[in-house]
Amino acid sequence: MHFTINGQRHEADVDLRTSLLDLCREHLGLTGSKKGCDHGQCGACTMLVNGRRINACLSLAVMHQDDEIVTIEGLGQVGNLHPLQDAFVRHDGYQCGYCTPGQICSAVGMLDEQKKGWPSYVSESLTDSELTDAEISERMSGNICRCAAYPNIVDAIREVAGKGDRQPVLEAAKEIGA
Amino acid sequence: MKLFTYERADSAQAAATDAAAAGAKFIAGGTNLLDLMKLQVETPTKLVDISRLPLDKIEERDDGGLTIGALVPNSDLAADARVIERYEVLSRALLAGASGQLRNKASTGGNLLQRTRCYYFYDTATACNKREPGSGCSAIGGFNRILAVLGTSEHCIATHPSDMAVAMRALDATIVTQKADGDRRRIAIGDFYRLPGDTPHIENVLEAGELITGVELPAPVEAARHLYRKVRDRASYAFALVSVAGVVAMDGDTVKSASLAFGGLGPMPWRNPAVEAAIVGKPVTTASFEAAADALLADARGYGSNDFKIPLARRTLIASLRELTGTN
Repeated sequence: MHFTINGQRHEADVDLRTSLLDLCREHLGLTGSKKGCDHGQCGACTMLVNGRRINACLSLAVMHQDDEIVTIEGLGQVGNLHPLQDAFVRHDGYQCGYCTPGQICSAVGMLDEQKKGWPSYVSESLTDSELTDAEISERMSGNICRCAAYPNIVDAIREVAGKGDRQPVLEAAKEIGA
Repeated sequence: MKLFTYERADSAQAAATDAAAAGAKFIAGGTNLLDLMKLQVETPTKLVDISRLPLDKIEERDDGGLTIGALVPNSDLAADARVIERYEVLSRALLAGASGQLRNKASTGGNLLQRTRCYYFYDTATACNKREPGSGCSAIGGFNRILAVLGTSEHCIATHPSDMAVAMRALDATIVTQKADGDRRRIAIGDFYRLPGDTPHIENVLEAGELITGVELPAPVEAARHLYRKVRDRASYAFALVSVAGVVAMDGDTVKSASLAFGGLGPMPWRNPAVEAAIVGKPVTTASFEAAADALLADARGYGSNDFKIPLARRTLIASLRELTGTN
């Protein structure tokens, strides 16, 4: 089988049952993407396939032979970080760091979706939604952080989205009806 | 995961023929099927990959409706300007389900065919008539908080987990298929799903190899309000305990037309004409809303830990009707 990952061509002879996640981690040495639940519940494995974020654990490698795949390694490297990687470091958007590659890949995909005008569950208007903190939380709900670094993750994403300072907590809570 | 063979189909007809063999399954997004294959709840011997078929368009119909290709991802469907404008309930329902990553992969056809999230269906160490016909139902008398109160049988109390399908039921969608023998057919969504009875492993009327190619939505109801209200254990990324999809048009203070479907309550996206009959052509009153809830829940039956769904469904329906009729 042949794959294009982070702009590089790879050949691999893998079992048909191999997930896109296992292909990268176990066969191609790309261990940045993490395996959490392996059932599409935690988001640690999130990659970008043809520019869209997906759970790489719930997808067969064999089905992605004609796709452009980007993992955390393809977004940035030490010394040349992606703006979201840089923001996560500065805002302390993690504790153990295990969910972080998935959070960052997911955030890249999410910001692109928002730019395209895609609404979310908490959007009052389906045609005109601002990226409030409640919107960031809802749109990132497929990425679990067991250390609960959520406030700092939201800070990092908000900064990269150019949305200024953290909203007062009560105001954000009101938006989601809590 | 059990071994399987893999083929990429190059036409809907070829896919249907390939998948007519015993043990074969279609795979598109794979978000539900692969999850179940990892647990060996699903053990197909052959996967027919339909993900590259040209069924990913949303097209206008002459009657003012839309035809949605079976491979349109849930994300794209939710964000489509025509869907937002004409069928807000569908967009809202899609956005209420799963996560951004899953919606990017999950297809329209696959969403209709989602399997239940009953704990016992997923746990191969327990009895489940849906997973292993004749083995029994561990959910009856077990942990059944998330399970059904309508349409159940002594063999199965599973719920259908989809939000999208609930909205489609309220919108009177029609499912279009390609059969292995070359025929195509159109199935009203109300005729698509089957009650569990004594065969809970058979969930719909599709034949072996029959491929969903698209979903047709009829022209939208004019000047109607749309709502999808979902009650769940977490604010996001959780299945419905109870959900209501509603499309209601008013004539002054009188309900002109109403279309109401329910998730989280039954083995299929639930709709009961008696619920709508309780309010259509009548002025908006608390009594008519209560009568609608009475009609919905007349045959409801709890199984212990899901008893709470019966009063919850009543309150959710009434709150939804207040919003849909502007009587907040």
